[in-house]
Amino acid sequence: MNMQTDIKGIVRGGQTLKQHRDEIMAKTKGTGHYAGLTERALHKESPILYNKLFSRLRAGVVDARETAKKIAASPIVEQEGELCFTLYNAAGDSILTSTGIIIHVGTMGAAIKYMIENDWESNPGIKDKDIFCNNDSLIGNVHPCDIHTIVPIFHEGELIGWVGGVTHVIDTGAVGPGSMTTGQVQRFGDGYSVTCRKIGENDELKRDWLHESQRAVRTTRYWMLDERTRVAGCHMIRKLVEEVIAEEGIEAYWKFAYEAVEHGRIGLQNRIKAMTIPGTYRQVGFVDVPYNHEDVRVPSDFAKVDTIMHTPSEMTIRKDGTWRLDFEGSSRWGWHTYNAHSVSFTSGIWVMMTQTLIPTEMINDGAAYGTEFRLPKGTWMNPDDRRVAFAYSWHFLVSSWTALWRGLSRSYFGRGYLEEVNAGNANTSNWLQGGGFNQYDEIHAVNSFECAANGVGASAIADGISHAAAIWNPEGDMGDMEIWELAEPLVYLGRQIKASSGGAGKYRGGCGFESLRMVWNAKDWTMFFMGNGHISSDWGLMGGYPAASGYRFAAHDTGLKEKIANGDPIPFGGDTDPEHPTYDAMVNPEGIKRDKQAITTEEMFKDYDLYLNYMRGGPGFGDPLDREAQSVAEDVNGGYLLERFAETVYGVVLAKGSDGLFAADEAGTEALRAQIRKDRLAKAQPTREWMARERERILAKDAGTHVQQMFAASFKLGPKWEEGFRKFWDLPEEWQLKEEDLPIPSYGREYSMDLSDLPDVKTVKFVEE
Amino acid sequence: MAYTKAKIKDLVDGKIDRDTLQTMLSTPKDADRFVKYLEILQEQVPWDDRIILPLGPKLYIVQRASDKKWVVKSQAGHEFCDWRENWKLHAVMRVRETPEEMEELYPKLMAPSSDWQVIREYYCPKSGDLLDVEAPTPWYPVIHDFEPDIDAFYTDWLGLKIPERAA
Repeated sequence: MNMQTDIKGIVRGGQTLKQHRDEIMAKTKGTGHYAGLTERALHKESPILYNKLFSRLRAGVVDARETAKKIAASPIVEQEGELCFTLYNAAGDSILTSTGIIIHVGTMGAAIKYMIENDWESNPGIKDKDIFCNNDSLIGNVHPCDIHTIVPIFHEGELIGWVGGVTHVIDTGAVGPGSMTTGQVQRFGDGYSVTCRKIGENDELKRDWLHESQRAVRTTRYWMLDERTRVAGCHMIRKLVEEVIAEEGIEAYWKFAYEAVEHGRIGLQNRIKAMTIPGTYRQVGFVDVPYNHEDVRVPSDFAKVDTIMHTPSEMTIRKDGTWRLDFEGSSRWGWHTYNAHSVSFTSGIWVMMTQTLIPTEMINDGAAYGTEFRLPKGTWMNPDDRRVAFAYSWHFLVSSWTALWRGLSRSYFGRGYLEEVNAGNANTSNWLQGGGFNQYDEIHAVNSFECAANGVGASAIADGISHAAAIWNPEGDMGDMEIWELAEPLVYLGRQIKASSGGAGKYRGGCGFESLRMVWNAKDWTMFFMGNGHISSDWGLMGGYPAASGYRFAAHDTGLKEKIANGDPIPFGGDTDPEHPTYDAMVNPEGIKRDKQAITTEEMFKDYDLYLNYMRGGPGFGDPLDREAQSVAEDVNGGYLLERFAETVYGVVLAKGSDGLFAADEAGTEALRAQIRKDRLAKAQPTREWMARERERILAKDAGTHVQQMFAASFKLGPKWEEGFRKFWDLPEEWQLKEEDLPIPSYGREYSMDLSDLPDVKTVKFVEE
Repeated sequence: MAYTKAKIKDLVDGKIDRDTLQTMLSTPKDADRFVKYLEILQEQVPWDDRIILPLGPKLYIVQRASDKKWVVKSQAGHEFCDWRENWKLHAVMRVRETPEEMEELYPKLMAPSSDWQVIREYYCPKSGDLLDVEAPTPWYPVIHDFEPDIDAFYTDWLGLKIPERAA
């Protein structure tokens, strides 16, 4: 061994953290088993003790989350459960995690690994009862508003692990108010950024930290109470570990802390074999970034362009139950806040998988070790530039992951596990955000988490659940109106199901919902919209249609004050049919903004102005003509479907009863469906004929600049993907598409500088690049 | 855990009771599901070719009875192509690429903008059944979404004999 063995490290047994992690990684690589554990001795020799340790620790971290949640004041944490606690071994690999926003099973581990690789052990030092804070997205966090508190766990003076807690805070002091803002185009506008900073010693937060951090954000009280939430949870879990060790012994705990990760790895492999079909699956996700618009006010001209984010994926499931996810062809990072670190991209996939492939309590880093990811360097989910912004990385995370549902669902369907099929998740938006002075005359920021309850994709046996879930939090909840009215100077004038928002199908996607908010008792107030608009990122499966896409409705200078005083009609309820709006006749028409611009930046609002918060639906499954006719009638009666689409989409003839409710006319429906099938064929053409015409359009470069930019950027970073494109369309060599030839700027195309280029910084590589 | 064929049929028909569904979702998978599932589907199709692997509610990889060749076939009986090819290239299709065509499906403003995204519908040429929908940007290649390794699936994973396959 080298000289380092003479240095007394802090890890149990005397290794330094770096030596310890290196050994774990080398053994993992050398054997294919985590930490070289070809045999799990504790599990084999004392299975009851192993399971006892697991159950007790898992229950403890869940209990810590539930208890700590009550300390928070922020409705994002208290109402929506946007927090999570995870227990790590000394190498920074997660052993088990609580419920909640479990994407952070990997992100806090990435922070611990960053501290290990950059020798935090010698400076600033890691001691018992220290407290660290991190929200740095360049080293693995999802976005800056997810604040990590990380506490090392020691036993008899030696480090035996870590515990991390995370909450989604309501504001990080970014350019605009709200946790996931749109106005900045670089990380420097994302707000407060903290890199694994030691913020406390002897279990006490440092005063300089308290003073600095509270003035770095707008919502000071929420910030401070959220921090106490995280610290309390971490300390509860640390105490639990100490108790477990006192009762069961350090040897058992130490073995468990590594065997559990290997257990997670093997568990994933077994589930893949038990549920899927080996083979190759291909899918793609898109989302729109419509920045060339007057209501997108960004500081840099080069960012004012319309672009499309693109993520094709190839999933290979091998005979031995291992799998590989390759995202060749993905878009470059961009001048917006929708970039992501590779850890948040991959770790977030586990949030999804816990809802299908690994629905167990054993959620840990084992699944990550059991998966090969390839994310080309320079893509939006593995950026190679330290300027990129991350504030709303979810904009494309949710839209790219939804495609993976389709791939997995093809295998579930083929195998007969129809109960697992899911056409996709919803694009979890709109995000109602903004700030100013609130009803309590305090500086305030809002991020309404109503969209923790979007529509769910349809399955192969039933409709998707409506207004019920969000992919990033398995415990989705729209929150109580009364609580949101306390947290935001916005009165509810309506909350209802968003009709026709779920994708059509034999089983339809779950519908989202919409809330009409009137500004009340706000001062110097702004709000903005954040969601998909031109593109529906959620496709539908096996004949099902995509979910509806987004739009915005806002109204200024409404005249509602006078109307209310006079007792005149005012807008109530939902914007039921945006093709035939009812609100608009009741407010000043000149103040209305109603269009497809579903992303905006801070716009001024004042009392009596209106804002429609529309939560998206999920995609559908199967041919809509195969939907039971009476279910369509019930959809119309229940407000899930606008009446006119019963005929045009579902081929269902409705008859209105004396009670005012619709019923299906079965005979009329049968005839109409037969006619629609004939009409489909009359309007159809052989695929290859269409391809010949589309090829001519490609040769003529006949598409919008935003579409061409998307392909050009993917070609540059994904040469194999370009090769596939050229082959499919049989394009001649002279046909070239390059960003530099397009009439829009493409800053970042040639020049970038990665975090790893900074002096004394060692980044941790988690994926194949 | 194993389920009766009747329960699996309920599942296929979208009529499964909630208790059984809960059990199916929350307990380890029943290894014999595939065999029962194929039996049920085989009873529901109007042709005699043997189903090798279902690809969708009305789409299958089958062993053609006449010559044992494996092909992609629709419920209505249209044979698309060899099982290894992308069946969509052998289908008939319609592309929605104008606002009017989009608004047949969605209310105005809730439809994708057709200069950003199009909707491509792939039909069975025999019945007009809608078998798949793609919603990419203009210019996007037709996606070959699934290439199953059926040999490994049958033999290594399920312990089943691979049905005869003519070249």
